[in-house]
Amino acid sequence: MIETEAQAQHAGLAHQFEDLEQQQDADALGIWIFLVTEIMFFGGLFAAYAIYRWLYFPAFQGGSHILDIRLGAANTIVLLASSLTMALAVRSAQAGHRRSLLLFLAATVILGGIFLGVKAVEYNQKFVEHVVPSLDWAPEGQTLARLTPGGLEHAQIYFFFYFAMTGLHALHMIIGVGLLLWLVLRARKGDFNPHYFAPVEVVGLYWHFVDIVWIFLFPLLYLIGGRY
Amino acid sequence: MSQPIVSQKTYLLVFLGLVVLTILTTGVAFIDLGPFNTVAALAIAFTKMMLVILFFMGVRHSSGLVRIILVAGFFWLALLIAFTTADYRTRYWTSAPESWSTTAPPTHP
Repeated sequence: MIETEAQAQHAGLAHQFEDLEQQQDADALGIWIFLVTEIMFFGGLFAAYAIYRWLYFPAFQGGSHILDIRLGAANTIVLLASSLTMALAVRSAQAGHRRSLLLFLAATVILGGIFLGVKAVEYNQKFVEHVVPSLDWAPEGQTLARLTPGGLEHAQIYFFFYFAMTGLHALHMIIGVGLLLWLVLRARKGDFNPHYFAPVEVVGLYWHFVDIVWIFLFPLLYLIGGRY
Repeated sequence: MSQPIVSQKTYLLVFLGLVVLTILTTGVAFIDLGPFNTVAALAIAFTKMMLVILFFMGVRHSSGLVRIILVAGFFWLALLIAFTTADYRTRYWTSAPESWSTTAPPTHP
């Protein structure tokens, strides 16, 4: 196992592992178990959402129709594009292409930033329309007309879910962007090569998971009961 | 890990598929399908999730250990949602004895 011994000299190998392959397997297992805990973390919110949506469906429908479907759909595509660039970044690391790795990591950061920017615009719109539960809840005019049929207090519950779910998702995005910037710094130093790129792959899996959460949030929050 | 290098073309095709499905789910929301609007939205979201998991996350080439961890995660999520929903949906089938509560049960669809 001369190759393994050569690999063992690699700076990326932690001392508790026999070789890089064992370390990679442990890294993969670790991130997947973490992602399972994340499924349960978001799952609690999704379960609560399912119950309240069933109990107060007209209010949820009314609240959903206040969201901007174009911004939501556009943001979904931005996030999917960031998943594409993340997958391509992992591929570049795998193939040992440092330049394209940096390029794709930067693209992922930028797309993630665009998503968060659009989210901020949407949040601001909620304050303009006074549909922020507890903090600024005083819908009027057309907004009020849309929310009244389902009951105003029940519409507040919808917006609690909206802010809790998209807020928790946005927090994950912010952490993800931080991790990506850390990867950019490490990639610039030349820390990664085809034998050692586990951090890129682990952050990639996390990023794709956050993307999947949004894949469900978009139809569940924006498209309730149809828009016809 | 130590997964094969997937071609850029594959990733691009998966991305295009995801974009088409996003447009589809948005479009379907403007057609009145009754309760099937929700079914369609969830079915499309599930398909998109599988594309991301299998291709972008590379589970296509993952070990059985990773797959079983993932399936276990979704199994527990299904238990969480199924039993919580079953509880709430059957709660109001029979009214609670009057001595238990002084308030009326919430209205439900």
